[in-house]
Amino acid sequence: MSILEVKNIHKSFGRTEVLRGVDFTMERGEVLVILGSSGSGKTTLLRCLNFLETADKGRIFVDGRLIFDADNKQKPTRAEIRERQLNFGLVFQSFNLFPQYSALENVMLAPKLLAKERADFKRSKTAIYDEIEKNAAALLEDVGLKDKMNNYPCELSGGQQQRVSIARAMAQDPKILFFDEPTSALDPELTGEVLKIIRSLAAERKTMVIVTHEIEFARNVADKIVFMSEGVIVEQGAPEEVIDDPKHERTRAFLNKLSM
Amino acid sequence: MDRLPEVTSSLVGGFEYNCVIFFCTLVMAIPLGLVITFGSMSGFKPLKWLSKTFVWIIRGTPLMLQLFVVLYAPGLLFDIPIKSRMTAVLIAFVINYAAYFSEIYRGGIESISKGQYEAGQVLGLTKTQVFFKVVLFQVIKRVVPAMGNEIITLVKDTSLARIIGVTEIIMCAERFTKQGLIWPLFSTGLFFLAFCGILTLLFGYIEKKLDYYKG
Repeated sequence: MSILEVKNIHKSFGRTEVLRGVDFTMERGEVLVILGSSGSGKTTLLRCLNFLETADKGRIFVDGRLIFDADNKQKPTRAEIRERQLNFGLVFQSFNLFPQYSALENVMLAPKLLAKERADFKRSKTAIYDEIEKNAAALLEDVGLKDKMNNYPCELSGGQQQRVSIARAMAQDPKILFFDEPTSALDPELTGEVLKIIRSLAAERKTMVIVTHEIEFARNVADKIVFMSEGVIVEQGAPEEVIDDPKHERTRAFLNKLSM
Repeated sequence: MDRLPEVTSSLVGGFEYNCVIFFCTLVMAIPLGLVITFGSMSGFKPLKWLSKTFVWIIRGTPLMLQLFVVLYAPGLLFDIPIKSRMTAVLIAFVINYAAYFSEIYRGGIESISKGQYEAGQVLGLTKTQVFFKVVLFQVIKRVVPAMGNEIITLVKDTSLARIIGVTEIIMCAERFTKQGLIWPLFSTGLFFLAFCGILTLLFGYIEKKLDYYKG
């Protein structure tokens, strides 16, 4: 069964149709890279999948379960919203770390708040919090920030901040991790450290959807590449097919422009 | 100067009123301001309109006039006169300051980037959790300088209570003026200076405490 199935997603802002029917599926452990020029709808697609925007039309299935249906006008309950949100993690282009919390606190915040809803929370609060802290520290160690745990975001470089935000997204153990141009806000010499972390997640078979402009990175991390243009997917396939032997005129034009 | 003890005790007695007005206004206007902010930022149009009109009227008329209105209007319009002048003063001050505070809060809340809310949402936080655990603290840090300014203004505004006959410090001093003694009136400035000096230090301390992060 596919871990993610996206069917016929449409989204307009006013009169502008940004997404005009996007369909794709992905399997567990797969890394999907979305390419496309700016304005092609990549970011809007990611935002619709993460419920930061509500799609006008379409359905989303996770593990075969319908978690979003634009035709269902019934308002989801708070518990339903949270449950469907927790399927996904999102790493933003601009990090969006919480500035008043240290790196460790940034990673722990959401798990701690979620733990309050556990039935055994009152009885074993200390044990639960210890567990969360251990897990958060391990995640920060995985992204190479063991000695920066107690630093605040303003004391970290852009690359380090983005690595904290990857650890923060991982802390909720999402089924699928989304990246919205994770290196676009970084100085060129800092992109490497972030891409390295994403590559190591790919090696661990983490299911990921990545929007990026780093073609070489896309080629060696992606299992499948999707090329978007004007709100639809015009071409998809293995990296060597889409990048090295594009069938569609617009894909060719886009890749030419990038390699120039 | 031989009347120094008498003058001092009279002025201290008067300044107690100023302090009561100050503290009561703060304690009530700070939360009430937040309620008005939520009104002004509400998606529910009538509530938003109501809050904005309220803020416009309160900020658009003198506090001195508002004191008279609160004192006389209930008696004239509804035949239920306000019993204590102090109550009238507190009502007028709380309403007036809540309106100003609400605009400061609104500015603070609107200055927080959308990304903070979105980051909270994708981590599965509820809207309430996002506000209290992510946004509120950042808002507090941003509004402290403006609030400090407004609160220092409040210290001095308390002397307006005199206009409807509450015997605050300046009114006390004027009794001596009528007896031909002018220095008590001038010396009331020392009370205000000392009070504002303490507040300035306090706000400096708070700002420094909140300065452990940038952003």
